[in-house]
Amino acid sequence: MQKQTLDIKQEEKKVWDILGHITDPEVPVLTILDLGIVRAVHYDANTIEIVITPTYSGCPAMDMIAANIRMELLAAGYQNIQITHVLSPAWTTDWMSESGKEKLKAYGIAPPNARQQVCNNDLFAPHEAVQCPLCNSYHTHRVSEFGSTACKALYQCDACKEPFDYFKCH
Amino acid sequence: MQHINFILSLADSNLILSQRNAEWCGHGPVLEQDIAITNITLDLLGQARNFYQYAARLINETGNMPGHIATEDSLAYRRTEREFKNILLCELPKGDWAQTVLRQYFYSAFCKGLYFQLLQSQDQSLAAIAEKSLKEVNYHVRWSGEWVIRLGDGTAESKQRIKQALQFLWPYTGEMFMPADFENNNGIDLASIKKQWLLDVQTILEEATLQMPAEHIFMQSGGKSGTHTEHMGYILAEMQYLQRMYPDANW
Ligand SMILES: [Zn+2]
Repeated sequence: MQKQTLDIKQEEKKVWDILGHITDPEVPVLTILDLGIVRAVHYDANTIEIVITPTYSGCPAMDMIAANIRMELLAAGYQNIQITHVLSPAWTTDWMSESGKEKLKAYGIAPPNARQQVCNNDLFAPHEAVQCPLCNSYHTHRVSEFGSTACKALYQCDACKEPFDYFKCH
Repeated sequence: MQHINFILSLADSNLILSQRNAEWCGHGPVLEQDIAITNITLDLLGQARNFYQYAARLINETGNMPGHIATEDSLAYRRTEREFKNILLCELPKGDWAQTVLRQYFYSAFCKGLYFQLLQSQDQSLAAIAEKSLKEVNYHVRWSGEWVIRLGDGTAESKQRIKQALQFLWPYTGEMFMPADFENNNGIDLASIKKQWLLDVQTILEEATLQMPAEHIFMQSGGKSGTHTEHMGYILAEMQYLQRMYPDANW
């Protein structure tokens, strides 16, 4: 009995390692584990279940991510793969890993600010102070709340003048 | 079945407004706002998909239609005009920018109240969709509210346009709060949502230096029970064309 439990743990760990190599199609420097969208892995009598949650309801990358998970697991020899989508608790940028935030910055996208200072829905709320990922200046301004994908806002740095994406707090 | 119809009505309103707003893609007044409205459109489409997928699951569980499997696609692309339960407000033409942002504000402010109540729903799946949607709706309320204020308290022309939009859209706002048969006994208190909605609208309109319209005028209705405006058939014709012409076509 105990040995069986150990095997299951080992199988699940192997699957987590595989998932740790699958990247987000829209932000390819982030793995889906960095992004924090894999909620659970269940291994049970040869069936493997992966529980994922979307960043945004309409995120077009979700279908592709689910397909990529299936392909990678099939390639690793798994069969009977079940991918389950859950919505609650809703994803927030708090689910993103610290190493994910560092990778974002190195890629030129400003990582989400800590939750407590933002997410204000008051009208004409002051824009968040976002650090320029290139020159580290906080002297930046928001060009648009909505950017190239649902998860990003468009900013420009007033110090080095570079426009940049900000992975907005959600 | 009442519960399924309620979920379908939420899906339909989101899908039809999403389809309408998508007409702005590539036509927004400036690039950043073109991207903003299409992002909102994508959120609405995503929310509609969550509601459709859940409705399809429930329909299939009832087993009322042997040999026929409901899917999000069959619900969106294979139902007729009379089967759609979206509110009329969502199917009206996009009009100018003023009409688009004011309609978005009216609808999003309503959804905010509705989804907030749905968080307490006995139906866990529905509560989960509401929880996810609410985060996005908050952005939509703020964005559209700011635009209503900007246009109302803007130039002579922008004020004129938002006034016209207000006059045109107002008679379509009452339907949101008129319970359809599938909304009786579903735990949603439309009267209290209406009360908060009127307060929110009043705050925005005052800030926009616009006059609050009379509350008790004749209000248009019928969308929830499938009696739509003349605009509805055209949207469906465009949206459903491919699946009607080439059933089950896939990428
Ligand atoms: Zn800079």
